[in-house]
Order: sequence, then structure tokens, then C-alpha cells
Amino acid sequence: MTEERTSPAPAWASLPGELIMWVLIVSELAVFGAGLLIFLIIRLGDPEGFAASQDQLHRVSAAINTAVLVTSGWFAARAARDAEHGRTGPTRVNLGLAGLLGIVFLVLKGWEYADAAANGLGFEAHTFFTFYWLLTGFHAAHVIFGVGILALVAIRARADHVEAGAQFWHMVDLVWVILFPIIYLLR
Amino acid sequence: MKYQSQRIAYTYFGCALALFALQVTFGLMMGYIYVQPNWLSEILPFNIIRMLHTNSLIVWLLLGFFGSAYYLVPEEAEREIHSPMLAYLQLLILVVGTLGAVVTYIFNFFQGSYLLGTQGREFLEQPTWVKVGIAVAAVIFLYNVTLTVLRGRKTAISNVLLLGLWGLAVLWLFAFYNPVNLVLDKLYWWYVVHLWVEGVWELIMAAILAFLMLKLTGVDREVVEKWLYVIVATALFSGILGTGHHYYWIGLPAYWQWIGSIFSSFEIVPFFAMMAFAFVMVWKGRRDHPNKAALLWSLGCTVLAFFGAGIWGFLHTLHGVNYYTHGTQITAAHGHLAFYGAYVCLVLAIVTYALPIMRGRDPYNQVLNMASFWLMSGGMLFMTFTLTFAGTVQTHLQRVNGEAYMDVQDQLGIFYWMRFGSGVAVVVGALLFIYSVAVVRREVVTPGPVQAHKDGHIEPAE
Repeated sequence: MTEERTSPAPAWASLPGELIMWVLIVSELAVFGAGLLIFLIIRLGDPEGFAASQDQLHRVSAAINTAVLVTSGWFAARAARDAEHGRTGPTRVNLGLAGLLGIVFLVLKGWEYADAAANGLGFEAHTFFTFYWLLTGFHAAHVIFGVGILALVAIRARADHVEAGAQFWHMVDLVWVILFPIIYLLR
Repeated sequence: MKYQSQRIAYTYFGCALALFALQVTFGLMMGYIYVQPNWLSEILPFNIIRMLHTNSLIVWLLLGFFGSAYYLVPEEAEREIHSPMLAYLQLLILVVGTLGAVVTYIFNFFQGSYLLGTQGREFLEQPTWVKVGIAVAAVIFLYNVTLTVLRGRKTAISNVLLLGLWGLAVLWLFAFYNPVNLVLDKLYWWYVVHLWVEGVWELIMAAILAFLMLKLTGVDREVVEKWLYVIVATALFSGILGTGHHYYWIGLPAYWQWIGSIFSSFEIVPFFAMMAFAFVMVWKGRRDHPNKAALLWSLGCTVLAFFGAGIWGFLHTLHGVNYYTHGTQITAAHGHLAFYGAYVCLVLAIVTYALPIMRGRDPYNQVLNMASFWLMSGGMLFMTFTLTFAGTVQTHLQRVNGEAYMDVQDQLGIFYWMRFGSGVAVVVGALLFIYSVAVVRREVVTPGPVQAHKDGHIEPAE
């Protein structure tokens, strides 16, 4: 005996954009979240050592970078809206500005890394720095990758492609906004 | 069987099952040596049998994967395999290589020879000529199957399967690179060992499982493909950097402890997704496929893989835990259930599905086949539990209390006896399985009252 069954649309069907991009974003957030959680737990055992290590970072540079990345995210959002309305020119300009600010972020971050390395603050200097390099290093790798994606979706500037690129870029943005206070500011 | 060339799989599965029988027999012999250590020590030492046990496992699973590909690619691509002759040539190379490796391990004729002698790397002990043979066979296979897919219909299942099989072949190349530095040796060794079983093999597993779900449950291809992509994405995301959980104590920088711990913890996700996938497909499926045994193996595969690879893997993957458990019987427990659940059950599932079709015996009496599932799986689970308890005791005595290795082994005797017993169940189960697919004839069983009621043939009782 067969019966007609009409099941309701699955939950993921109402998500904008590609499902697979959301899987990636959730995976990334889970990994960075786990890393930050472990960082905070280990910090409980050595608050002075972590504070002393944190004082050797450049907070102003990182604060500027936060503004840079958030602004870049704004341009990516504008690009997604332009692409939706079929405005190819403005889409590319906004993607270009977003990518350019991504590169500005990397230049500042690179300067911070060079300074830390010159002062002998490598992976093994302190547990704080193990996590500093791992977490911000993974993040910087995502920025490099993200700039590449923004460039890639700019070629054809199709709405769904630009949306996927902007999704990824917002994730990179979001991770930094969480990393910055926990690693640079929290006392 | 819609395509003639699918029959290639028949020969592959036959060779795979023969090697499977040998593999579990070697395992049982080792189980006995664990409790009677002097048995065969002059004729066939433990380390030789271990090589035979692990190597034959890998080879029969590979034959199972290749056979599965030859079976499902024609149906997916909707055309015959490009060259059946090449497929048989590939099998011939693999069989000759396997026999060559076995003879080399047992008689050790060419010790020290780079080309002909056994090599010292665990699991990669094959003489170089056999390694080259495997590479050549893989190239023939990829040429044959890729060409078939390129000229036919391209589906997500065949794409993912090919991605996995290409990855398998490319990563095999690291078996040829053996640096003098022991740290670098191990670093690249894991490129083959880890990135196979926790990387590309998972893609092959997901693809074969998706094919079985499509056939057995009749769920829309679109739905299956969506799941497939999510499984592949989470497997690669966690599995690639998850390699770090092998880099804790081999001389690599300490940051690997964190990369390995975090990423490998997420390796449970694709296994959970595969389990959810299989059950949701059966739940939503509209087709009442007569081959219930194949469905049992498919569902059992995902559940046991989730426990063996997922849970038992997570059990000792965090470096704080692994510091104590590394290389104890905990590892053996995980290894057995993970390989059995993820890959043995998978190949047996597609054999159970495809063999009756290829032999024209569909439908057939599945009672013995299902009994073999419960016997083999029960034995394997019992073995996993005994080894886990043995490993827990071993970790405490040896790693916490600091007792000597062999003193601890003496105290684990009871567990090793129980493991030997569970090994007997696995071997009997394996032979029963082979009997059930090789001998049992075509037969339609008249359904009992429960099934008849479900089908609406009889009125419910008052």
C-alpha cells in the first residue's frame, strides 16, 4: 500500500546562497571557536604570563586592522547588492575596494609579524604566542584566500558567485572581530 | 545488470573475498600468538603475520573499491567501461603483486635489495617492484574509468568517487619517498596512511554509500547529491589538517598538538553525517527493495564507522589523552572497529547488493547473509571492548604506574583470551558471509504475517 506523502521543505532550503558555503562557514567558526576556547582555558592557569605576552603586541595596529576589515566587509556587501541588480561595473569596483582593504590588512599584519619575529617572539616563546601565531596565522591565510576569491568572482560578476564570495569574506571578517578582543584586549 | 562490463566487478569481488578470508585467518593466528607467544615463532614469526594481516586487508579493500567502481560507473555514466581488457590486466597486476609480496614476506629471499626485498616501513613493507605495480595498476584504472565517465553521463556520485580514487593514486606516490631522517620519514609516511583512510577513502566510502542508498531506497538523486557534497566537504575540512594528530610525538614542532587536536576532533562530523544520511534516506525512501541484507550492511556500516572511526578515534585523539594512550591496545581497538565499520562493511554491503544481480540469483535467501552480519559485527564489537579495557588497564599500569611493558602484557592475558574468542566469531562470520554470497541459490521466501500485514494482504487481528 503506498500513500502520498508531502514532506515540508527542509530547513536548509530557506538559506540564501549555497548550502555548501554555509557548511564551510559553520566549520570555520567551529574550529576558530574551539581554538579560542582552549586559549581562554589555558589562560586561566597563567594570567600574568598571558598579560605580559599580550603587552608585546601592537594593539593600535590591530585596532586599525579591525576598522579596515569591517569597512572591507561593507564594500563586499555593496558588491553583492550591485551584482543582484546586474550592475557589473559598480560590482567590480566594490569588490576591488574590498580586496584592496584586505591587502591593507595583510600589510599591517605582516609588519606586526615581522616585528614579533625580530623580537624573538616565535611559536615557542610562550603558550600565548603559540596560539597567537596559530589563530591569527590561520586567519591571515583565510584573508589571502578571500582576496583571491573576491578577485575570482569579479571576473564574471554573476550575482550568485558574488554572493558566495561575500559570504566567505564576511566570515573572515567575523572571525577577526572575535579574535581581536580575545587575543589583543582581554585582560 | 544493465551493462555487460559491470561483470568485471564479479572477478574483483571474488579475489577480494578470497583475500578477506586469508586476512581474518592471519588475524586469528595472531590472536592465538598473543596468548601462546611461542606458537609458530620459528616458522612464521608474529611480525611477518602482522604484515600479512594488515597488507592483505588493504589490498582486498582496494580490490573492493576498484570492483565497486567497475560496477557502479557504467550505471552512473550510462555506458560500458572503456576497456574491460585493461580492467582484467589491472587485476592481474594486483594479484601477481600481492602474491609476490606474500612470498617475499614469508621467505625473505632478497633481504636488503631495494627493488626485490621487503622494506622496513610499517604497512608499506612491499618490495619496490610491487609498489610500482600498484602505481601502474592505479594508472590503468584511472585511465579506464575516467575515460568512461568523461564520455558518459557525469553525476555527483561518479565525480566524488573519481576524486577519491585520483587522490588515492596521487598520495600513493609518497610511498616511494623514504627520507633518511626518521622524522621526515614518518611525516610523509602519514601522507599515505592517514590521508588515505581519513581523507580520500572517506570520499570513496561516501560515493559508494550514496550509490547504494539511491538503489536501495529510491530517494531522489538530488537529495542524495546534497548530502554527498556536505559529507565530502566536512571530511576534507577536518581530515586533511587532522593529520596533525599523528605529529604529536615524532619530533615535529609542538603546535601540531593543537592543530591535530582541534581538527581531528571534527573528524567525527562526516561519520555522523554519513550515519544520519543513511537513516534519513531509508526513512524517506519510497522503494521497498527486496535486498534487505544489503540495506543491513549499509546501515551497519555507517553506525559502526561512526563508533569505530568517530567515537573510538576521538577517545584518544586529544594530545593530552594521547600522551598516555599512544601505542597501547586503545589504538588497536580503534583500528579494528574503524576499519571494520567504515571499509569492510562498506565493501561487503556492495558485494551483497551486486553479487546476486551479477549471478542472476536476485532475490536470494538472505538469512545466512544477515546472520553473518550479526556474527561478524558482534565479534568485532566484543573485540573492540576487550581491547579497550586491555588498553585502559595497560595505560594505567604502564604509562601511569611505570611498570615494564612485558610485565604489563602478562597481566592482560584474560583480555587477550577474550579477544581470541571474538576473533573466532569474526572468522566464522566471514566464512559464513562468503558461503552466503557464493553458494546460496535463488529463492523467494514467502513473507510471514507481519510483512503480509504491512503489504496490506491480510486483515489485522482483532
